[in-house]
Amino acid sequence: MLLKRLTEANGVSGNEKEVRQLIIDEIKDYVDDIKVDKIGNVIAFKKGSIDSPRVMIAAHMDEVGLMVTKIESSGLIRFTPVGGIDQRILVSKTVSIGKDNIPGVIGAKPIHLQEPGERSKALTYKQLYIDIGAKSKEQAEEFVKIGDYIAFDSKYTEFGHNLVKAKALDDRVGCSVLIDLIKSDTKLSFYAVFTVMEEVGLVGAGPAAYHVEPEIGIILEGTTCSDVTDVEPHLHSTKLGNGPAISLMDRTTYFDKNLRELIVETAKENDIPYQFRKTIFGGNDSGRIHIAKEGAKTATISVPCRYIHSPISVMNKDDYTNTSKLLKLVIEKIETGGVL
Amino acid sequence: MDFNGNLLKKLTDTYSPSGNEERIRNIIKEEIKGYVDEIKIDALGNLIARKKGNDKKIMVAGHMDQIGYMIIDIDDKGFLRFTNVGGVSPHIALNQRVIFENGTVGIVHCEPVDDMGKLKLDKMFIDIGATSKEEANKKVSIGDICVYHTEYYEDENRVMSKCLDDRVGCYIMIEALKQLKETKNDIYLVFTVQEEIGLRGARTSAYGVNPDIGFALDVTGVGDTPKAKRMAVSLDNGAAIKVKDVSMIVHPKIKKLMTEVAKENNIKYQLEILEYGGTDAGAIHINREGVPSGVISVPTRYIHTSSEVVSKNDINDSIKLLMKLLEKEITL
Repeated sequence: MLLKRLTEANGVSGNEKEVRQLIIDEIKDYVDDIKVDKIGNVIAFKKGSIDSPRVMIAAHMDEVGLMVTKIESSGLIRFTPVGGIDQRILVSKTVSIGKDNIPGVIGAKPIHLQEPGERSKALTYKQLYIDIGAKSKEQAEEFVKIGDYIAFDSKYTEFGHNLVKAKALDDRVGCSVLIDLIKSDTKLSFYAVFTVMEEVGLVGAGPAAYHVEPEIGIILEGTTCSDVTDVEPHLHSTKLGNGPAISLMDRTTYFDKNLRELIVETAKENDIPYQFRKTIFGGNDSGRIHIAKEGAKTATISVPCRYIHSPISVMNKDDYTNTSKLLKLVIEKIETGGVL
Repeated sequence: MDFNGNLLKKLTDTYSPSGNEERIRNIIKEEIKGYVDEIKIDALGNLIARKKGNDKKIMVAGHMDQIGYMIIDIDDKGFLRFTNVGGVSPHIALNQRVIFENGTVGIVHCEPVDDMGKLKLDKMFIDIGATSKEEANKKVSIGDICVYHTEYYEDENRVMSKCLDDRVGCYIMIEALKQLKETKNDIYLVFTVQEEIGLRGARTSAYGVNPDIGFALDVTGVGDTPKAKRMAVSLDNGAAIKVKDVSMIVHPKIKKLMTEVAKENNIKYQLEILEYGGTDAGAIHINREGVPSGVISVPTRYIHTSSEVVSKNDINDSIKLLMKLLEKEITL
């Protein structure tokens, strides 16, 4: 299954090679042009049969992770985050280091040795290390070096009622939805862009948009979902199972109203459930795309994912299917004109 | 110089929060169309008006948008939860009347909070008089934005209104355009969108215009109220010529040009250093290969509240300064 392969591939920001190759292999027979730009984005063009506005559909390939900063004389490894991670969730998680996927486990001083003051506080990066089973610095250096990327180690698993748990659903789910579209029949020409380094500051999207010069941008995301216990209903950013989340505004974009309306209308006309992303926190590649050169009208459609930016996030398969369906129908709607 | 209070009132009475600038754009377009050679609207919604010339290409930017509150949730009893569009403070929002595009009026209030010093928007809501979710849904939808609902007021020398930030800048541009005499400069008046949420319209319009010189028209803070934070700008001391703010340091030649033009024409001016906030010029001056840019600021009390206060004398000085700058043959 594509989403399984995408989420189990490692692609911490700046190290998207494995994911990029997988995507290229997957789409190359379905597009008319494909290239990797200087910064590492995949820019594919699928030519349709009608005159089209310049449409760019983007999903980011990278995921949050860690990086090796120091190897202690004991052979234990110190690390730093790549992208936004809640450090309280790290202890005891298993990870995979470097291109040889050296397994490791994130450890800390045992609780009985911690001072009472320490016990009541979350462990910080300074107190954590990765154990790869090496007895000394020399032994560790045979497998790991400073600057190696560290990815979370977890398997794609289906569970519960129609749910999936996997790492990196943010944003392999977007990549997967975009690949679905590329493989389908569309009359509209469009650029499919798989960006790099979104998690460290929307780095890839700017150069990609500068090159593509879109008039319309659609960004596909796996987004925050806070429909969990102890959160008041008005603070639920999205709800699992309630359909694709359409963005209103975030820290980086006020999404184009007309394009948003077109997406909402499309969902309504086709009885596809949808919801609004009810928070303005966070940002995505749109932040760079809509202000590139003379500007573009952009929208974001997301699959709600609980526990993003952690070793294991959770999504609903119906939300995925509905997002994929909605995107396809939105493209058909743009085909019939009237957006610009 | 006559003060066109009707126009400024019309501009500030018009609903146009960031990303929703259609109404104000239409009004400005109607107002200026007889005075310019070309008008276009770009992808983000900036209104770009050109008065053709063959000398320096000058971009003048004033932003059309205003801050507001966006609805993110409607509860079963019909109360609205909201988030901010642009820089707002919970304490300033509290107990204010707000109005939506369709005329729906509401009042902002909050849940009981132990420590009002820690009040957050999360704990606040808007009451539009609805008694159920269904009833509220007939009037507003998630994503709708409301703005402060206060009346425009003016006396001999003061104007008090919401969103003088930056309708007063738009007003100055319009009035300067109307009074402009012959000029060789190629002038682009750009009424920008989405300034309040990150100078976004200025960025894309500057890329499109590709100017030689940029000016922004915006409001600035003052230090002339009781125990105010130190700032050497006061109401009635004239047009403020910006030296520095968070978004830029003004090009020294532009600063010199602006002060010289003010002196030559006996225009009252003051120099401005703003330690918080920025303007569209922050985006314009780093456009493409760089654009020497400056800002004419209108000293304003109580910025981003429901009643901002400015001086008519300062506005008239600003109009005159902009006009003289646009008429001048500029060599940098």
